[in-house]
Amino acid sequence: MNRRNLLGLALVGSLTATLAACGGGDDPLATDSTPAAGGSADAKTIIVGSANFPESELLAEMYSQVLEAKGVTVQRKFNIGARELYLKALDDGSIDLLPEYNGALLAYYLKGDAPQGVSSPETVLDALKKEIPSGLEVLDQSAAEDKDSLSVTSETKSKYNLTSIADLAPVAKDLTIGAGPEFQERYQGLKGLQELYGVEFGTFRPLDAGGPLTVAALKDGSIQVGNIFTTDSSIETNKFVVLEDPKNLFLAQNVLPLIRSSKNNSTVTEALNAFSAKLTTESLTKYLAQVQVDKKTSAAVAKDFLSANGLV
Amino acid sequence: MNEIWTYLSENQATVLDALQQHVVLAVLPLLIGVAVALPVGYLGVRYGWLYHPLLNVSGLVYSIPSLAVFVALPYVLGTKILSPVNIVVALALYTVALMARTVADGLRSVDPTLTEAATAMGYKRTRRLLEVELPLAAPVILAGVRVAAVSNISLVSVGALLGVGGLGALFTRGFQLFYTAPIIVGIVLSIALAGIADLLIVLFQRAVTPWARAVKGA
Amino acid sequence: MDGTPYLLDGANWAWSSSGSIPHLLLAHLGYTGLSVLVGFLIAFPVGLLIGHTGKGSFIAINAGNAGRSLPTLGLLSLLVVYMSSQGFLPVLIALVVLVIPPILTSTYAGLRTVDPNAVDAARGMGMSSTQVLFRVELPMALPVVFGGVRAAVLQVVATATVAAYVGLSGLGRLLVDGLALNDYGRMVAGAVVVAALAVVLDLLLGLVQRYVVSPGITGRGLSRARGTRSVAESGTVPEPELVTSKGSS
Repeated sequence: MNRRNLLGLALVGSLTATLAACGGGDDPLATDSTPAAGGSADAKTIIVGSANFPESELLAEMYSQVLEAKGVTVQRKFNIGARELYLKALDDGSIDLLPEYNGALLAYYLKGDAPQGVSSPETVLDALKKEIPSGLEVLDQSAAEDKDSLSVTSETKSKYNLTSIADLAPVAKDLTIGAGPEFQERYQGLKGLQELYGVEFGTFRPLDAGGPLTVAALKDGSIQVGNIFTTDSSIETNKFVVLEDPKNLFLAQNVLPLIRSSKNNSTVTEALNAFSAKLTTESLTKYLAQVQVDKKTSAAVAKDFLSANGLV
Repeated sequence: MNEIWTYLSENQATVLDALQQHVVLAVLPLLIGVAVALPVGYLGVRYGWLYHPLLNVSGLVYSIPSLAVFVALPYVLGTKILSPVNIVVALALYTVALMARTVADGLRSVDPTLTEAATAMGYKRTRRLLEVELPLAAPVILAGVRVAAVSNISLVSVGALLGVGGLGALFTRGFQLFYTAPIIVGIVLSIALAGIADLLIVLFQRAVTPWARAVKGA
Repeated sequence: MDGTPYLLDGANWAWSSSGSIPHLLLAHLGYTGLSVLVGFLIAFPVGLLIGHTGKGSFIAINAGNAGRSLPTLGLLSLLVVYMSSQGFLPVLIALVVLVIPPILTSTYAGLRTVDPNAVDAARGMGMSSTQVLFRVELPMALPVVFGGVRAAVLQVVATATVAAYVGLSGLGRLLVDGLALNDYGRMVAGAVVVAALAVVLDLLLGLVQRYVVSPGITGRGLSRARGTRSVAESGTVPEPELVTSKGSS
C-alpha cells in the first residue's frame, strides 16, 4: 500500500472518528434504542413532546423548564405533528408528557361522537377524565384557553353580515374554508359544523392548522373562512374577525398537561400544577406573540414568563 | 442579512444540534447502504439473469416517496414511531436502490481483457474481485456514492415532518413563523454539508485510484 | 386498518369526488409535465451550447451535484415564505431546480461522447457548425440525453408530492392527509400510486426513446457511452439512472 492509499484511508478514518466523537456526547440514536423500560436509560427522565405549531412548542418548553427547575431531567422532542401522530408517540413511550387542550382531547377520545352536555371548563374536564385510556392522565388545567375558531377578514364579515358561525349557514356553500387536513374528519371540524350549525362549505382546502398557509390564504382571499387559533398573533396583526360560537362546538379548550401515569410523581404534579395556576389566556397570547412576531426563541420567552411568575 | 446573524446568535444550540443529527442520519445510512450494495451489485453481475430484475426493483424502491417509508417502517420493524432508526433504515434502502445498479454497471464496465489477464496470473475469483475488478470499477461506483451521499443529505430534512429531521427542523420552524432566517441557514448548511461530502469522496477516489492520474498525465 | 384499504376502495377512485385519486393523479401529472418542460427548455439549449463548443464544461459537470444538494423542502419553504405565495409558482421553481441538473449534465455528456471522427467527417463534408450539431452530434447523443430526461422525470414524479405540503393537489395529498389523520391506508395508497406512476412513465419514455433514437446509433452509442472510465472519471456520468437506461434501451 503506497502513501496515496494510506491518505485515502486516513481521510475516511478521520471522518468516521470525528463523527463518533461528535455523536458520542449526544448520540441521537441512543435515545430510542433503549430496552422496553420505555423511554430512556434513566427511568426518571421525562421526555416532553409537542405538536407542530409554535404555541404547543412554547408550552412544552415552559413545562420542561418548570420541571428542570425542580431537578427533573428532561429530554425535548418537539414539533412532532398533529394530534393523531403525537398521541401515538405517547402510546409507545416515545414521549411522556405534552401540553393538550381539554375540549379537543375529549373530542378525540370520543372518536367523532358529539360530546354530550358539556361546555364549561369544569364539565369538559370531568368528561375528559372519564374518557382517558388507562396509562395516561391529565393534571390540573389552567385558566388559559386557546380555541379553534372560524375567522374571516373584516371585508368578508361586512359582505355577508357575519357575527357568529350560525350566520354562515345560508352562504357557506359559496365559500371556501381552509384548515389542517384533520379538520375534515374531526367532530370539531367539518362534521360538527354540519351537524350542529347546518353549515356546509362549498370547498375545503387542506392547508395547515391555523398556520401560515391558512393565514396567507385568508389574507389573499383564496379562502374566505380560516381555522385559526384564538391566541394566534395573526388575528390581531391582520384584524381578522373571530366568529362567535354560541353552540359551543369548539367547547372549552383549557391548556393542561397530558402525562403517562408511570412517569408521574408528586414533584412533577406539584410543579406542573403550580405552573397551570399561573397561566392565563392574556399572558399566553402575549408571550406567544413574542415568538411569532418578534421571532424570539421559545426557550428565552419561556424563561421570561417563568421568572416573571416566580416559577423558576 | 442582519436577521440571519440575529437568528444565528440566538439559536446556536438549536442549529448545532440539528446539524449534528443531520450528519449522523445522512452518513450512517450511506455507509450501511454501500456495504449492502456491494455484494448485491456483485450478485447482479455474477448471475446475469439477476441484472434486469435488480434494475427494476431498484427503480421501484427509489420512486417510493420517503415520507411514506418513514411512516411505514415502524409497522414493519416494530420500532417506535419517532425513532431515528426509521430514517436510517429508509435512507439505507434508498442508498442500496441507487447503488446496486451502479456497482453492477461499474463491475460490468471493467475491461474483460484485464480480468482475463488476472485469471491467467492465477488470481482466484474473490481476490480478483477485490484486487482487480473493484478498484477498476471504483470511479463508476464512487460516482454513485457521491450521488447517494447528496441525495441522503437532502432526504433527511423530510423527517422534519415527523420531528426527526436534522436541518429540516429549521425549515419547519421558519415556515411556521413565516421567518426566512432559519430556512436560509438550513439551506446553506445543507449545501455546505453536501459539498464537503462530495469533496471527501473525490479525494478518497483520487487516493485509491492513483493509476487514473498517471494515465491522464501521459 | 379496518374496512377496505384506501387504495382498493371504489369511492376513492370516483371521478365525481374532487379529492379522489384520479383528480390527484391528473394534478400530479400536470405538475410533473410542466416542471420537466420548463426545466428542459432551460437546460437543453445550455447543455447543447456547452457540449458543442466545449466551453464552460465546469458548469455542466458540477450542475448535477450542485442542484441535487439543494434540499427541495427547504427551497420550497423559502420560496413560499419569501413570495408569500399561495399558488403553484414556488412549487414550479423548486421542481424546475430538480429538473435542470440531470438534463444539463446528460446533454453535455452525450455530446462529449460523440465519436470525433464522425464530427470530423461531417465538417469535411462541408457542414456548418450548426448543421454538425443538429444533424450529427445530437442524434448520436440522443440516448444519453434521453437517459437524462428519464432521470429527471423519475425525480420529479417522486418529489412533486411536496406540492401537498403547501396546500396544493397532487398525489402528495394522500401522504400529507394520511399523516395528519394517522390513516396508514391512505399513505400506502399514495406511495403505491406514485411508485406505479413512476414505473409507467419510465416504460413509456423507454418506448419513445426506442422510436426516436436512430437505429444506426444504438449499436455504437451504447457500448461507447456506457460506463467508460474516462467519462465516469470526469464526473459527467453521476447518475446511475443514466448508466442503466443506456443499458436497457
